[in-house]
Amino acid sequence: MDLLSNLALGFSVASSFENLFFCLIGVLLGTLIGVLPGIGATATIAMLLPITFQLEPVSSLIMLAGIYYGAQYGGSTTAILINMPGESSSAVTAIDGYQMARKGRAGIALATAAIGSFFAGTVSTFLVAIFAPPLTIIALKFGAAEYFSLMVLGLVMSIALAHGSILKALAMVVLGLLLGMVGTDVYTGTPRFIMGVREFSDGLNFVALAVGVFGIAEILRNLEDEHDREMVTNQVGSLWPRREDFRAMIGPILRGTGIGSILGILPGGGAILAAFASYTLEKKVSKNPKEFGHGAIAGVAGPESANNAGAQTSFIPLLTLGIPANPVMALMIGAMIIQGIVPGPNVATDQPRLFWGIIASMWIGNLMLVVLNLPLIGLWVKLLKVPYYILFPIIMAMCSIGVYSVSSNTFDLYAVAFFGLLGYAMTKLRFEPAPLLLGFVLGPLLEENLRRAMILSRGDPSTFVSRPISLTLLLMSLGVLVLVFLPAIRKSRDEVFIESEG
Amino acid sequence: MPGAYAEFLGGNMAMKRILGALCAATVLSSAAFAEGYPERTITMVVPFAAGGPTDTVARLVAEKMSTDLGQQIVVENVGGAGGTLGAGNVAKAEADGYTILLHHIGMATSATLYRNLPYDPLGFEYVGLVTEVPMVMVARKDFPAADFPAFVEYVKGNADKVTMANAGIGAASHLCGMLFQSAIDTQFVTVPYKGTGPAMTDLLGGQVDFMCDQTTNTTQQITGGTIKAYAATTPERLAIFPDLPTVAEGGLPQMEVSIWHGIYAPHGTPAEATGRLSTALQFALADPGVTKAMADLGTAPSPAADATPAALKTKLETEIARWKPVIEAAGVYAD
Repeated sequence: MDLLSNLALGFSVASSFENLFFCLIGVLLGTLIGVLPGIGATATIAMLLPITFQLEPVSSLIMLAGIYYGAQYGGSTTAILINMPGESSSAVTAIDGYQMARKGRAGIALATAAIGSFFAGTVSTFLVAIFAPPLTIIALKFGAAEYFSLMVLGLVMSIALAHGSILKALAMVVLGLLLGMVGTDVYTGTPRFIMGVREFSDGLNFVALAVGVFGIAEILRNLEDEHDREMVTNQVGSLWPRREDFRAMIGPILRGTGIGSILGILPGGGAILAAFASYTLEKKVSKNPKEFGHGAIAGVAGPESANNAGAQTSFIPLLTLGIPANPVMALMIGAMIIQGIVPGPNVATDQPRLFWGIIASMWIGNLMLVVLNLPLIGLWVKLLKVPYYILFPIIMAMCSIGVYSVSSNTFDLYAVAFFGLLGYAMTKLRFEPAPLLLGFVLGPLLEENLRRAMILSRGDPSTFVSRPISLTLLLMSLGVLVLVFLPAIRKSRDEVFIESEG
Repeated sequence: MPGAYAEFLGGNMAMKRILGALCAATVLSSAAFAEGYPERTITMVVPFAAGGPTDTVARLVAEKMSTDLGQQIVVENVGGAGGTLGAGNVAKAEADGYTILLHHIGMATSATLYRNLPYDPLGFEYVGLVTEVPMVMVARKDFPAADFPAFVEYVKGNADKVTMANAGIGAASHLCGMLFQSAIDTQFVTVPYKGTGPAMTDLLGGQVDFMCDQTTNTTQQITGGTIKAYAATTPERLAIFPDLPTVAEGGLPQMEVSIWHGIYAPHGTPAEATGRLSTALQFALADPGVTKAMADLGTAPSPAADATPAALKTKLETEIARWKPVIEAAGVYAD
């Protein structure tokens, strides 16, 4: 069988001593930068790019890919331990993961994230191997109208991220949408809300926003109440999930893997939704939706699996079309070109060693990550015992370096400070940052695709319902809305989405 | 030379001696500069995101230039505002030869596209031209027209139905699109995207009809048969696609355009430094590895005669003058 011989070729390439070594370097570096708040995979890969020119093309790409999914892995560690997500996906993990840590279950949260990621990584690697070409065809069916409807669904679902008042969550989504408007209009080139600051002309920096409203705000809150913080650190309990924890994570991991694998294929920002969508689904199917936002294990297991599955399947557009799904993929394309391999639809046939070698290395890399990270959990949890007066300046310094390194822009540091204060004010007023972040990420995509769909249909709005995929997505959004508001109309409280405040 | 200068000033012996010493000191210090330069790492600013076509060109030549200079050239990506952020940063950087800029045709078009540039686009020192990347008119693979003249006819006849993608205001594909509209004197709907990646995705998926983009982005898709190529925007046919006609053969010579890349230094950078960088650039461009990598992308290194400060200066000046009326006629501005 073709697939088996291809996989055999891939594993023989990926398990050569040299390639195993570079895979290990990649995942180690990735974990490290993922754990250091603010420093992202994009900046690291950009910095390391010149080094990779000296390596074999396969080795260098294996290493770069390792950095990418290693960073996804490591990012959840900071989200759980110090409420500091470096990417939109780990922002979801922070919601329940950090609450688990505050309840002394940091070790279990970290183990859950590791196990979920490994399972998702394994499944989606095989998906990439078996279904890459047919999945590409589906991805190409997604035009502007479909993406618009997908984003609508994402925004509707974002309400479920809130564990407080729905109205406040909506306000946060809208504020996020407004912040997302800052920057240059794609269609006319007109700068919007940049207040004369040239640095804002490409929009606000996501990392600055996330680090500010989550991380810095949390530091401020902790400094306000030293006693509260000490209670957290003294409570570090068991490191390893118990049997009931395992039982609680199986379903979320399976569902998260499915959602993540599908959304990851879409090059226009589908992967962004993976973690959010999984969280919403888990909250919906859970018997105890009240638990969400207060340390639900499913709120970590689902999104983490979805996130990692999406990270793997986002290689599909890169490998089969030569089209980058995100900035990291764009860098990998740059690396390939400099190595003399121009990525495109022919890579799989022209460079089978490279194509299958990378796919096989993804699974090996995931295995390395889980082997590396499970023993490290004890160490990470000990980090929580470091006195806070030592820990918080280190976190702040690392954040600043990381945010600055994204685009060598001092304005982003002011943005971190500003959003830190805003985030603190929001905590005081019991507004939650996650819906804001989702609005910020999805808003620009929503607008861009709405306007593009309207341009392509010459102003005819029926394009959204006459295209079957788009119609299906819109009907799903409608369904979610009905689920949210029907109970309110009946005056019976449905605890799935609406919970008591506080 | 110092003597002659003092002679010209006339005056007494003391004045002569002082001036002579001063001039000698200047010559000496610049000689020392030339000998010692470069003594440390040089930063090459690319005003676009890492991984893009300009970044790839920069990293290709930076690596070989480093070999010749004996010092590492580090590529720093300062993206934003159509390349004007990075260019602005370099304009303000210290003119010591340790900060340089690699920018493409946008250096010339932004002079008109942006009405309030925070720097003078003609106020840089020049190092040389790097490469001129050709462009190709491509369409979704089931687009009806059989050849370039038929394509032009189809677009003219169906101006209210066809759509043309571009990678955003000021992008190479946008410039080529403006040229095409003015060359065939027809208005049709253009669809801007955030970069070439998403635009190409929609072209592959048949969501838009056609696009004119650099060979760096289109070559692999054309050879892979996922999109159709109609014409090259070069005076001569491309080596990689010898069967592909040029726009001039199709009757539209005014559509000839290439995305040229040049290296600049901040105003006041010593000529010794830019000269040394020019030599290194010529060394890099003569490297067979660079030639091969560029050929794979459908382009070629600029000849040594063009990899010089004078050639780049002329290029920038003519290109600013060429694009000003095109952009003003289209009435599109980026700020």
